[in-house]
Amino acid sequence: MNYKVTIGLETHVQLKTNTKVWCSCANVYGHPPNTDICLICLGYPGSLPVLNKEAVRLTVMTGLMLGCNINTYSKFDRKSYFYPDMPKNYQISQYDKPFCEGGGVEIDVDGDRKRVSLTRIHLEEDVGKNIHHESASLIDFNRAGTPLMEIVTEPDMESADEVFAYLLALKQILTYGAVSDCNLEQGNIRCDVNCSVRPADQKELGTKTEIKNMNTFKGVYRALKHEIQRQIDVVEKGGVIHQEARRWDDLAGVTTAMRPKEYAHDYRYLPDPDLMSVVLSDEQVSKWREALPELPAARRSRLVAEYNIPEYDAKVLAADKAIADYYEEAARLSDHPKVVSNWIMTEVLRALSEHDRGIQQIKISPQYLVDLVKLVDDKTINMPSAKEVFNQMFETGENPSTIVEHKGLVQVSDTDAIDALIVQVLEEHPQSVGDYRNGKKNAAQFLVGQVMRLSKGKANPQIAMEAIQKKLNS
Amino acid sequence: MSKAYSSHTEKIDVEYVAHLARIKLNEEERERFQAQLEEILGYVDQLKTLNVEGVDPMAHPFPIQNVFREDKTCPSLDHEVAMKNAPQKRNGHFMVPKIVE
Repeated sequence: MNYKVTIGLETHVQLKTNTKVWCSCANVYGHPPNTDICLICLGYPGSLPVLNKEAVRLTVMTGLMLGCNINTYSKFDRKSYFYPDMPKNYQISQYDKPFCEGGGVEIDVDGDRKRVSLTRIHLEEDVGKNIHHESASLIDFNRAGTPLMEIVTEPDMESADEVFAYLLALKQILTYGAVSDCNLEQGNIRCDVNCSVRPADQKELGTKTEIKNMNTFKGVYRALKHEIQRQIDVVEKGGVIHQEARRWDDLAGVTTAMRPKEYAHDYRYLPDPDLMSVVLSDEQVSKWREALPELPAARRSRLVAEYNIPEYDAKVLAADKAIADYYEEAARLSDHPKVVSNWIMTEVLRALSEHDRGIQQIKISPQYLVDLVKLVDDKTINMPSAKEVFNQMFETGENPSTIVEHKGLVQVSDTDAIDALIVQVLEEHPQSVGDYRNGKKNAAQFLVGQVMRLSKGKANPQIAMEAIQKKLNS
Repeated sequence: MSKAYSSHTEKIDVEYVAHLARIKLNEEERERFQAQLEEILGYVDQLKTLNVEGVDPMAHPFPIQNVFREDKTCPSLDHEVAMKNAPQKRNGHFMVPKIVE
């Protein structure tokens, strides 16, 4: 039987602010445990939270980037539950008046485009971090009170691939907007995944399960692949899907049901009397709207229009804002923006990934990359030499001309010098010469290779090829 | 105590409310709170009979909005001070009974 899959996501994103959402403790990762905490984030009786203005701005900016309606009136509510990582025994969140509603994220799965609709975006606080030991649990409250934006989608996605594309597109936009560092290793983005299946001819949705607290995109993808198949298997065997929270075991590659006790809460939302409501004026929202950065889709179109590169190139380059910035800096200095794009898409990205570095750590200045492209273009060096020069530039950041000079890589285009080498090669390889004359034209490739070897890689291969063909055809 | 308001129609589950608040009640307390809570709900029922058409719901009795803080860090508590009230601690962490995972 054919099945339809329905998936919705709740994505939590830590905002890039200096301080926490209700207090002036630093919002940083990696400090010693319980050193960025105060009476407010520890939930001491009598302490009063005060809203961080920047957290509001970043949430609304996100809403504007994702095409949401911005609510002029918002408020905060208490969501009650008991868990040791939540010192107040309630989490301050937004229940019925979030900052943003509606909106969507454009995704593209192998050329199939669609828009994933959003329900809402609200602002809340992150909780502390638990470390579980054999006999006890340890709590670090440094993370408690970190501004956390929750982005909720409609049940709009139909495959693990769509979910993966959604997360990537969302992360790109958030990075472009500098709203969050989006560092997955540091837990900046975490999501809960709601998923159900139903026979293709059935109208009403199947019972959903919720996979909790996923912190890698690959994990979400694998968990969904597994969970979708698990649900189909249950239904095929005539079983019933239970509405439940599940946990992904990355090592075992399976989802398992959490104990009902762990998630069955009666949240009893109520307006938080410690926090005043937020009323955003149209002027304020327009001001933020005007300050919106260029988003990935706009950047892709502009790269195509401005530098005359294919859409494919624009997609690869714009996937990472910093790479696109690097490319543009170089492309503006070069007469050959497409060649610069080729170098970045192949050599630069390869070298970065091999050395596990980001473009921010690259030693090659955009100017030097352009200089290297020029050395190839004006035939000072050939392509194999250029790659050798590139590798050294990547290590040292040196000027390519200096490297070419030191290594003696200047290409030999002098026909007399090349002719001399050809004479020698033809004498040493009568067999290939015979092959060529008997119609095996690719024997010429071998002979060019021999010329390159004799020249220690410095001969201009085009000139060598032309000269060999001329000699053998005469 | 005289009943000032009519009793709530539904029976309140005091046991459940006590569980939500994580408090233990003895038999005498259960009965006392049962009556008191139902009286409060009766009062709320009475409020529900008021005509509030055209009255906007309010989240706060004070007409104050937009109370913000600038995004500037201030020193946090000294670690030792912050940990002082912890009944149990280990390696700079608050230690609690093992959480079911």
